[in-house]
Amino acid sequence: MSNEAVHNRRKLISMVMTTLTAACAVIAIAILTIILTYIGYKGVAAINWEFLVETPKPVGEGGGIGNAIVGSAIMTLLASLIGLPIGIGAGVYLAEFGDKWFGSTVRFVADTLIGVPSIIVGIFVYTLVVLPMTRQSGFAGSLSLAIIMIPIVARTTEEMIRLVPKSMREGALALGAPQWRVTWNIVLPAAASGIATGAMLSIARISGETAPLLFTALNSRFYNFYVDQPMSSLTVQIYNFATGPFEVEHQMAWAATLILVGLILVINILVRMFTKKKY
Amino acid sequence: MSKTGTIGDSVFRTILIIFAATIIVIVVAMIAMMVQNSLPTIREFGLGFLTGRRWQPASDIFGALPFIYGTIVSSVIALVLAVPLSLGIAIFLVEQAPQKIARPIAFMVELLAAIPSVVYGLWGIFVLAPFIRSYLGPVLQSYLGWLPLFQGRLTGIGMLTGGMIMALMVTPIVTAVVRDVLEAVSTTQREAALALGATKWETTTIVLGNAASGIAGAVVLGLGRALGETMAVTMVIGNSPQISSSLFEPAYTIASVLAANFAEATDKLYLSALIEMGLVLFLVTFIVNAFAKLLVIRVARRSGAH
Repeated sequence: MSNEAVHNRRKLISMVMTTLTAACAVIAIAILTIILTYIGYKGVAAINWEFLVETPKPVGEGGGIGNAIVGSAIMTLLASLIGLPIGIGAGVYLAEFGDKWFGSTVRFVADTLIGVPSIIVGIFVYTLVVLPMTRQSGFAGSLSLAIIMIPIVARTTEEMIRLVPKSMREGALALGAPQWRVTWNIVLPAAASGIATGAMLSIARISGETAPLLFTALNSRFYNFYVDQPMSSLTVQIYNFATGPFEVEHQMAWAATLILVGLILVINILVRMFTKKKY
Repeated sequence: MSKTGTIGDSVFRTILIIFAATIIVIVVAMIAMMVQNSLPTIREFGLGFLTGRRWQPASDIFGALPFIYGTIVSSVIALVLAVPLSLGIAIFLVEQAPQKIARPIAFMVELLAAIPSVVYGLWGIFVLAPFIRSYLGPVLQSYLGWLPLFQGRLTGIGMLTGGMIMALMVTPIVTAVVRDVLEAVSTTQREAALALGATKWETTTIVLGNAASGIAGAVVLGLGRALGETMAVTMVIGNSPQISSSLFEPAYTIASVLAANFAEATDKLYLSALIEMGLVLFLVTFIVNAFAKLLVIRVARRSGAH
């Protein structure tokens, strides 16, 4: 083979590989587009006001997901109240004091907890809360979601705090401020928006969780505001609708999915818009 | 330093330590509670639990092998499909595409990870399963039908559908880690290769070689995700505890048997059997994730030394 032929062949291979990798990216975008348009197309057709406020009724009589929306909101709120302070506190510890053995241990355990399938968290809370209480409850569901949240929030908080320049801490310390004041009044405000976006993403994440709610919060056919009772959620309701035998239920599943996915996409896009300016 | 300062410091620090320790307490309690609650079946069946092929809760026979088999096979299908795709996307984003195109595409791939599992399941039941039943399945059977893998009745619900839906969900995670790993490879290596006259692809192969252990880590991490994937798989895999050579047949995974049966398991031995499977899944994903982390860290350390 002549020199030029070799050269052309190498260029051709390079071009083919570039095309192939671009094709992979196109496939991923196509899949996302297909899924989202299908949800939009199917969901919009089935959604109406009654569906948003009513409780589930026997098949054929209409009904809606009002109680599921309220249940999801209550459990997500309660989970955030438990999970965010613990997660953020642990993250502050990891960033400010976590360079010794205890910090590395917590970091390692947090990372493994992030990788634990969420259904395992459900089993844990079942043995811890549901068995002693002898019934499923909104609280058990919230606790499962909080446990999923804690390690995620801890690790993002740590990352955000580590971005705060050392010089800011040193400046404050040199002026005679005690360590806790430096962390509380200087470092935390500087990292606040980063921590908030991490918190928002973790809320988006738990609002889509189904597996840990299946046997902790169970489900309910009624509006329920008491967290010691079984509680309905959007995700469990979608699962029940989707696996039900009737076409009407399937339509309701798509409508409920549109609301859930819409909410999650909005949070993700907002977070993206806010962080884009900063980094 | 003033006295209030030192007292404040120790109080502040103690509170933070308690928060940090909570994470360790959760994981320790998780293991302890699961071991305690699975003692009845551990005592009754010992290791035979893991190798038993029969699962008949009504007659107190509990063998977990069909679920272990289903979990492994569906995860392998997911990785076979997701790894080349993720590698392609990551290489395109880091090595080939200009920044302007790469950023929005990367965001869209991340959005794939934000879609909840139950939504993938819904989509799987009503879009992917019919597609496999009417299009993909017949094509596979007419060309590869002589393989036992592709024989049997086409319902659209089964091992292949479960593996494919898992592949979609694993792809964004593997892509994200491979991207990080490729970005960690020093630019001087690319410049050196290009300066010697290497083409873009030849440069990429050199980068890939340097990132090999990190890429392996990304694949192992994807495996960890696939093993624990629950809702979507439960909705499309058919939930039948059998070991079949055909990928079109219904199957069952550990995570999906938990999702489908846990709420109804009131019998003590049945509950214990399910919790023991949860324990097995926990330990396996724990080991897999720890291993993945080691592999990824090695790349980060090495490129840090450059």
